[in-house]
Amino acid sequence: MSVTADDVRRIARLARLAEPEDRIDTLVGELNGILNWIEQLNEVDVEGVQAMTTPVAFPLPMREDAITDGGIRDQVLANAPKSDEGFFVVPKSVE
Amino acid sequence: MSDLLKLSLDEVSAKLKGKDVSATELAREAFAACQAAQPALNAFTAFDEEKTLAMAKAADERLAKGEGGLLEGVPLAIKDLFAVEGVDTSASSNILKGFKPTYESTVTSKLWDAGAVFVAKTSMDEFAMGSSNETANTGPVVNPWKAQGSDESLTPGGSSGGSASAVAADLCFGATGTDTGGSIRQPASFTGTVGVKGTYGRTSRWGVVAFASSLDHPGPFAKTVKDSALLLQAMSGHDPKDSTSLPNDVPDFAAAVGQSVKGLKIGVPKEYRVDGMPAEIDEVWQTGIDWLKAAGCEIVDISLPHTKYALPAYYIVAPAEASSNLARYDGMRYGNRVEGKDLHDTYEQTRGAGFGHEVQRRIMIGTYVLSAGYYDAYYLRAQKVRTRILQDFHDAFDKVDAILTPSAPSAAFGLGTKSDDPIAMYLNDVFTVTANLAGVPAMSVPAGLDKAGLPLGLQVITRALDEETMFKVGAALEDSAGFGHKAAKWW
Repeated sequence: MSVTADDVRRIARLARLAEPEDRIDTLVGELNGILNWIEQLNEVDVEGVQAMTTPVAFPLPMREDAITDGGIRDQVLANAPKSDEGFFVVPKSVE
Repeated sequence: MSDLLKLSLDEVSAKLKGKDVSATELAREAFAACQAAQPALNAFTAFDEEKTLAMAKAADERLAKGEGGLLEGVPLAIKDLFAVEGVDTSASSNILKGFKPTYESTVTSKLWDAGAVFVAKTSMDEFAMGSSNETANTGPVVNPWKAQGSDESLTPGGSSGGSASAVAADLCFGATGTDTGGSIRQPASFTGTVGVKGTYGRTSRWGVVAFASSLDHPGPFAKTVKDSALLLQAMSGHDPKDSTSLPNDVPDFAAAVGQSVKGLKIGVPKEYRVDGMPAEIDEVWQTGIDWLKAAGCEIVDISLPHTKYALPAYYIVAPAEASSNLARYDGMRYGNRVEGKDLHDTYEQTRGAGFGHEVQRRIMIGTYVLSAGYYDAYYLRAQKVRTRILQDFHDAFDKVDAILTPSAPSAAFGLGTKSDDPIAMYLNDVFTVTANLAGVPAMSVPAGLDKAGLPLGLQVITRALDEETMFKVGAALEDSAGFGHKAAKWW
């Protein structure tokens, strides 16, 4: 499988990355290089093989459904690019 | 610089406990040494002298009372991927530049609980994506080692290059790293230091900036195998805040150091003899085999047949998980924002400006392999190949107690010599990445120098939860190697 310039623009859009037009050709080359290289996985017989989920099997831990943290509004906002009156300030998202 | 900083962690601990030196004195020296080396090595991203001295003072108070933990008063450097409260934590990325966590990672909390003293944050490849520390937003870290008769700046490896350089240059007594495909072991091999990752889940990932969650292993850099065992011990343990954190008790890793390896079966996998590998790598490997044989081990030829598929599988799984993990950098709640013409444009501009090229490339690959219609062909297949790789290790560990391989396919290379070809760079991890995919413990131990006088490491891999055998074998190699080499000081 190989990707075209349009594929790269579509992937960039899906990934929410602004890619300048002059980077597209470079990315097409690099992505195809990597995708061709990983094609070799098709040689492996994976018939009937389970996908790996965890390297070391142990039962998924359960914890008590209790509040263990909170009341730290100012800490949560401390690294916000913009905040006001205890809220995050974000661009308008409803048209 | 006095000779204090040249001591091992274990040696300096004894001096601290014996009150031959105070934690404050030691912290001042380490801090000054880091600052003095910074213009030449560029290993650090942040300092906080007040914090360093306050921690050292608290350590002195505990030491005065005859109290103190495993690492009481020992200055350590911390990879910029770990959240340290109040200190810039940016994963060497512009998107997080200036981020000051209001919380502490579990691993660093454990180190401070054991009495360690923070000395500096260390540079790394951006979001831990790289093998040469050249993708850091603050520029490449320089390896303290140079080839004989050459002044060329060499890479310390990556992604934990700053930590590796700092320990190799005797600027601190140990450092944290993270290993997702080899990011502790390859830099350890390039800098003549010991680098370890435990079993997946031994060390908590909470408060560590996520790269590829199923592959990320926090671990230590150290000057000796014993030091690395002490550090891993302090870093390990169950953490309810990380659902993949192992519930198992942490053994006394350091107690394994120095135990006899007589009768242990050591596997030598034929698939690790790769085409085009320098003869010197083969030689150091053979030397390691001979050392272990002389120490009473039985050498067994083994096969890990799916080794060649490990890197391609990694370059599906890691970017896929990274593209999901890095979706959080949207410029809304933290990190830097670039205002666009609407919300969508703001996201794209923020991420386009905030991430470097390597990170963008990996997000793109990850997005592609997870996109509609491709999931089965790429991600699902890669996770099945991963099961095959794990099965290879299970089969091998039916026959042997530990596996011995080279740590990296070359010695440290010149900065800028591989940065144009992503795949050539990815091949650096050919020997290390299998242990990440399988989640088994692995370490790199300095074994010798190549003809140019650069360090080469050997890797020991053991079964899941058997770090003790790894430390035992690692210490036997260290003993036989009598490495003792240091980079000649030029910085």
